[in-house]
Parts: sequence; C-alpha cells; structure tokens
Amino acid sequence: MSTTLVMGAVAYAPKVVTIWEGFKAWFREQGLEFDFVLYSNYERQVEAQFDGTLDLAWNSPLAWVRAERIARARGLQVSAVAMRDTDQDLSSVLVVRQDGAAEVAALKGRRVGFGAIDSPQATLIPLDHLRQAGLVAGRDYTAQRFDVLGGKHGDHIGGERDAAVALMAGEIDAAWMIDGNYMAFANEGVLPSGATRILTRTGLYDHCNFTVSPGAPAELIGRFTELLLGMSWDDPAVRSLLELEGLRAWRPGRTSGYAALARAVDDEAFYDAEGKILAADYRY
Amino acid sequence: MPKGRSLLPTIDIESVGFDAGAHLLVKLALGRVAVGEVLRVRSQGEGWEGPLAAWCRSQGHAVDFDAAAGHIEARVTRGAVQAGRWRAAAVTGAIDPRADNAVLPQAEARWGLAARGATVEAGSPAFAFRLSRKDEVWADSAATLYAEAAAAQWNADTAIDWNTAFALPDEVEDAVVQVMTYMVENENAALVVPARFLGQLHPHFREVQALLAIQVADEARHIDVFTRRIALKGRQPGLSTAGGQTSLKTLVDEPDFSVAQFLLAVLGEGTFVSLLNFLNQHAPDPVTRQIARLAARDEARHVAFGMAHLGQSIAREPALLSRLGNAVEARYEHLAGTSGLNEEVFDALILLAAGGTRPADIAAGYGRVQGLLQDMARGREARLAKLGFKGEAAHRLASLHTRNFM
Ligand SMILES: [Fe+2]
Ligand SMILES: [Fe+2]
Repeated sequence: MSTTLVMGAVAYAPKVVTIWEGFKAWFREQGLEFDFVLYSNYERQVEAQFDGTLDLAWNSPLAWVRAERIARARGLQVSAVAMRDTDQDLSSVLVVRQDGAAEVAALKGRRVGFGAIDSPQATLIPLDHLRQAGLVAGRDYTAQRFDVLGGKHGDHIGGERDAAVALMAGEIDAAWMIDGNYMAFANEGVLPSGATRILTRTGLYDHCNFTVSPGAPAELIGRFTELLLGMSWDDPAVRSLLELEGLRAWRPGRTSGYAALARAVDDEAFYDAEGKILAADYRY
Repeated sequence: MPKGRSLLPTIDIESVGFDAGAHLLVKLALGRVAVGEVLRVRSQGEGWEGPLAAWCRSQGHAVDFDAAAGHIEARVTRGAVQAGRWRAAAVTGAIDPRADNAVLPQAEARWGLAARGATVEAGSPAFAFRLSRKDEVWADSAATLYAEAAAAQWNADTAIDWNTAFALPDEVEDAVVQVMTYMVENENAALVVPARFLGQLHPHFREVQALLAIQVADEARHIDVFTRRIALKGRQPGLSTAGGQTSLKTLVDEPDFSVAQFLLAVLGEGTFVSLLNFLNQHAPDPVTRQIARLAARDEARHVAFGMAHLGQSIAREPALLSRLGNAVEARYEHLAGTSGLNEEVFDALILLAAGGTRPADIAAGYGRVQGLLQDMARGREARLAKLGFKGEAAHRLASLHTRNFM
C-alpha cells in the first residue's frame, strides 16, 4: 500500500499551484505524506480516479456526478469526504435589465445568457431551473453560451462576466450567474448600480467536494479528513491557506446538494447513466 | 410568532440592492450585535435573497429566510470569522509619540508597513527593516523638526531671482562654477546617505522617516539650484577629484545610523553651514548669495536633527561618545593618504571671495577663506563640546575632520 496520498486537482488558474503547494507543505508538517497531480480538465481527472492514479480528487459538482455514475456502472463506490463551507447551499440568479422581463414566462422568445457548456452554476442548473418552469432552451428561448475554458466546469469566472457584459450591451435579455457574482460584478462596475434586477433564483445546491476514489487507502483518507476538518480559521498559520482556497472551515462531505445538477445532466444529455460524455460540442 | 421575536435587532435595507451597497447596511448593523446573535433583515426590493446569502456565506454568517409574515425576512446569525481573524493580532504602539508606549523600543518585522498604532493581523508578512530599534534612530524632536522643514520648503523658481543681471570676470565665474561643482558632489552624498537609511528604517518610527524624507527632498533642491547656477552663464560643471570622492565615500559606506549622523550631520553639514554662510556673505553675484542663504537654512535643520539624535543617544549610552571619537580617528587614518580638499576648490573659494584678480582682491579673498576655515573649526569644536566631548578631545577631533569639509 502506498504511504503517500495522491490527490488530483484541476488547474483552472495559476493560483491553484500556490494553493496545493501550500496544503502539501502543511499536510507534511502534520505528518501526512501528501502529493497532488494537476489536470487541465475535470474529465481526465475523473478518469484517473478509476485507473489507480489518484486516491482522491478535488472535484467540481459535475465531476462528482460523473465519478458517481462511472463507479455505479462498474459496481464500485466513490464518496465525498469533505467540502468547503462556502460550497454549501449556493444558488444562481437570473439577472435582467431594470426594464427587462417582469416574470420568468416573459422570457419566451428571448435570448438568455449562460456560462460555459460544462458550468453547473451558470449553465446546467439554470437550464434545469427554467425547464422546471416550463421553458426549454431552443424551443422556448434562445440559449446563448459564453464559453471560457471548456473542461474547467465553470470554475473560470470569465464566462459569467462575459454574459453580464453582453446583458448590459443589450445583446442578450437575461444573464445567469452564481449568486455571489451579482455583487462581485457590481463591485467591478460590470453591472452598474440599479441598472439590473434579479428575475429568478435557483434552488440551493452544493459545489465542490473531495471525492475518494474506489479502493483508496482508508487510513490515509481518514487522516486527511481529520486534518482538514481540524483546520481552524483562528490559526494564522492555516488562515492564509483557507483564504486562498476561499473558505472559512471545511465541512464533512454531503451529496444531498447535487440532485438538480444530476437531473440537468440527464435532461441536457451531458453524460449518460454510465458517465460517458454525450454532449457533442463539448471540447476540453 | 414567538414572543420576543420583535425584539430582534432589525435592519431595513429599503430598496437598496446588493448592486448598490446593501451589504454595507447589513455589515454595519451586524457590527452592533454580538457573535452568535441574530440580525433581522428586511427589504422592499426583489431578488435580494441570493446576493444576501452569497455575501453572508463569504463573510461566515449563517442566514435563513422566513416568508411567513407575507413578506420575506432574512435572519442573519453573526459568525465568528471576523473576530477570529483578529485573534493574536499585534498591538503596535500608538499614534502620539509623546504618549507612554507609543513608540516602542523594538519595532517588529511583521508590523510591516502598518500605521503605528494599527492592529496588525497575525500572519502578516515580515519586512526586513534593518533599523528597527528605537535607540538606533530616534530623536524626540523629529516631529517638530519635520514640521519646521515642511513649513520652510521654498520654490527654487520663485525664491531665487535667476534673471538678475550681472557679469563676472571669466576667472571669477569659473571659480563660482568650480565651487558649485564641488557643492553638487557633496550634496549628492548628503542625499544618498539619508535616502539609504530611509529604505532601511522601520515605518514605526514615522517621525524620523518623515524627517529623513524631507531632508532628501531638501538635498535634491540644493543639487538643483547649484546645478542651475553652474548653467546660468552657459558653463558645464568643473572638476571632481579622487580625494574629494574618497572622503565622501566613507560617509556613504557607513552602516551605523548614529555614526553616519555624527560624521555627516554634526561634522559635515555643520561645516557646510559655515561654508554657505560664507558664500552668502562673500559670493560675487546676487544669485549665488541667495542660493547659499536658502540652503544654509535647510542645512541648519539637518544639523539640528543629528545633534538631537546623538544628544539623546549619548545620554542613554555614554560609551557611544568614544565610538564616535574612534570613527573620526578611523576616517582620518583612512583619508590620510588623500589630498583632501582639492586645490581647485580652495583656489576657487579665494577667487570667488576676491571677486576680481587684482593683487589686493586676491589678498582679501585669501584672508576671507582663512577666516572661513577658522569659523568651520570653531563650529565643529562647539558642537563636539555640546555633545559631551571634553575640551581637549573636542579640539583634537575638530581638527581631524576631513579637509574636504563634508
Ligand atoms: Fe544640502
Ligand atoms: Fe543637508
């Protein structure tokens, strides 16, 4: 059995190197041999969870959905051991100009902006939200995608920002974004104060988790989880790491917040039940 | 509705959205409730729940929504994240330098660039400020001297009548240019020395930092006006000697702040005050006289800080006196093989004070320069005595001072 715990992470931005080098040093100080492998996309990372390369992976919610499907199809199991406090109970909002649609039904025949094709928060869950309200993309409204960096599962904020810019330019009638980006884009001046409204909001969902690969060494995973959950924001030595990774405290993993995403994956035919990629125009 | 719920602190953000600063209304109101307590948030707007939830999540506050009363209300529970951030934060003295424990004996590297008295988060980066001990750099009068300096800044364009008509004999104009060339070289040392210390000084000692900064600005202005005087009649700078620069290099290379203040301010700039007063009195043209008068005022302040810093340092550590004496001796030994003041400068001073080339002019100029040298030596001796050097030692050390003046 290997004595080093190997984790996969997707390098969606240069800071990812800083983050995981920091965690690696900290884990080793705590006596846990830890190493990481960086991937350029979540698809290859999830696949590496099934060929013995990775003991666990820092997965997007969509990557979790795929890992879970692949495992189930092979009679295996994956589990989510920990997640960020800031990844629980998120929502996405649909923003319109102040003079825009007054109700969701009024989006019929309009152009709605989404994020990257593989973005849970700016594409898949929003598509599901509108579908539940009776509006199907391509049939009832035009979906305009703002794709930045396929394979990163929407971790790159750029697509949502591009959609917001297009909304203010009048090129689209509504733009989806994760709830926190509404204020962030206002702070940046992309959304001028008072110029927009939030038309609707998705239900609550969860974001990333640490997904344990089938057959990963249980003792190392246990130690890893114990160390993570013990990290305290009050400790200046770890606070900078937590700040970099954008959380206040690690929480035990839960998988109750992925239902809407799983439904969207089926409805939009993104993966099949065995985790095979169906989306034809998905490049990563 | 549970009894007491109406007693919850409440903030009504009215119709202000989270694209218009609503978070600040919530933040200010949360500042008035304790960690773990609940703030009720009301809004007349629409679609504010998502951004409020996102903001609370990013700040570590819990939030839930209640639509029971016919309109939506949020209940925000203040989290401990902000309090946690400031645990073990550093106390960094206080703003008023005259208050007890305001300027601390040792400024810590991790206080960094923070304002003195600020609360500094634990885990802030360490800055390598070499001069971090109060007794290395401090003088109580620094703030007063800085205020005086700030009030006494002058504009070289308007304070000097550059257009005043005058014409000097060529030899005398050349002499003025040579003296100005020498002055620029010395002012460069007077600029570089405090500038180097400035970059090494912990910002905790704000008053000393400000004083050094304005001193650097003073010297830049001096270099500017001396240079403009060189160019006034279309000349280029004159000669620079190896001996003169060797003397100045010992100042630039001195790593100890107190020793540098002693050699540069007390002995060097003090001597320069005599020279500038001499030029103010005897320079052959009104522009040079004006320049010298203005620069002398600035230099007197530079000397005053050096005297104040050393007076305080010696009072605390009398042994410093012998260290300073040794520094003068060592510098004298080091420069023994050099020619000291360059002959061109010395002769230029005579010519400048002569104002002409007739024998009687030269003799008068020579006499004035002799008077200058005596004045310089007397001034040095007086300052050394004031710092605590006993009569004979003060006299001896004053006489060992570099022949380059600075
Ligand atoms: Fe000067
Ligand atoms: Fe000076």
